Amino acid sequence: MNARRSMLFVPGDNPAMLSTAFVYQPDSVMFDLEDAVSAREKDSARLLVFHALSLPAYRDIEKVVRINRLDSEYGLKDLEAAIRGRADGIRLPKTDSADEIHELESHVDRLEKECGRPVGETKLIAAIESASGVVNALSIATASPRMIAIALAGFDYLVDMQTSRSGGSEPELFYARAALLHAARAARIDAFDVAYGNVDDDEGFLREVQIAKQLGFNGKSLIHPRQVYLLHRAYAPTEKELEHAKKVLAAADAAHRNGKGVVSLDGKMIDPPVIREAEEVLRRADVA
Amino acid sequence: MKITKPAIAGTLESSDLMVKVTPNQNGMLEVVVRSEVIKQFGKQIRRVIDDTLSKLEVSEGTVVVEDKGALDYAIQARVQAAVLRGAGSEKLNWEQLS
Repeated sequence: MNARRSMLFVPGDNPAMLSTAFVYQPDSVMFDLEDAVSAREKDSARLLVFHALSLPAYRDIEKVVRINRLDSEYGLKDLEAAIRGRADGIRLPKTDSADEIHELESHVDRLEKECGRPVGETKLIAAIESASGVVNALSIATASPRMIAIALAGFDYLVDMQTSRSGGSEPELFYARAALLHAARAARIDAFDVAYGNVDDDEGFLREVQIAKQLGFNGKSLIHPRQVYLLHRAYAPTEKELEHAKKVLAAADAAHRNGKGVVSLDGKMIDPPVIREAEEVLRRADVA
Repeated sequence: MKITKPAIAGTLESSDLMVKVTPNQNGMLEVVVRSEVIKQFGKQIRRVIDDTLSKLEVSEGTVVVEDKGALDYAIQARVQAAVLRGAGSEKLNWEQLS
């Protein structure tokens, strides 16, 4: 599986962006049929996204469709277009409980059968945008074997919490970020941090990326193509981290060949968690 | 399928197209295409429009396309959206749309 650091929103009613988003090489593109599309353009955007999914330029990029909620008049129609268009994943917005994932899963099962796709092929991502969603994060994350990620959506969540973005270290998001991460790690799926809305503020974006990276998020939802490169660069290991990881793995390999269980490097013990961390650094360097 | 009411889909933004459909008084299917790249891609654009209309089994209506350099997939989608709106068709037949 490829790394999932960047999930780039692409408005579903914008052919110029649907045609070119691949150029920025995000790990995932998310064709948006929800908030980016006005009510009167939902039908036309649905057809655009259906056809855009088969563009050869997206062959090597994970393609996700953000559908409208299933209790709206658009949700099921969006889902059918996405499944028939062979989207790799469905992102469900405003997920508050595992029941919503169960309902989504049953529709995906049916549609995959109807259009001849292997059952289970379509993956699911839940966006969590409320206090209820955060509290239920673990049951949402484990609601289906199709689940590959949960994503925190900051704007609606903070409205629900009766607060707003403060910038800086963002204490208002700390609990939700930590709760989502624990749910994702316990469920062995990916976790995406909130989108950063001010596309002209690279400094603020990178500050937030560092928080997300340090907490352990796999990546972020992105709303502008220029954020893709900034994010990937920030997530790439530094030369120093890379050199250290190589030394750790070489030392572990030497210990293994010599039949030693434990080895030290520069006075520090190299044990399995340290080896796993070094392997992760090399993996991140590889995808960068 | 028959166009029974006027409808529009798309925009005049770059890489998009605007498709206007109206009922045809003579009971015929008439298609007009205008494009900034008509000299280079006129035949291809026309082929995509004709194929799309044919799959939808559109037998009557006037279809006017104002292309702004759209790729084939966008032409398909916008023509389909305009026709479905103009025919008042809610139920989608995905075989016809693929």
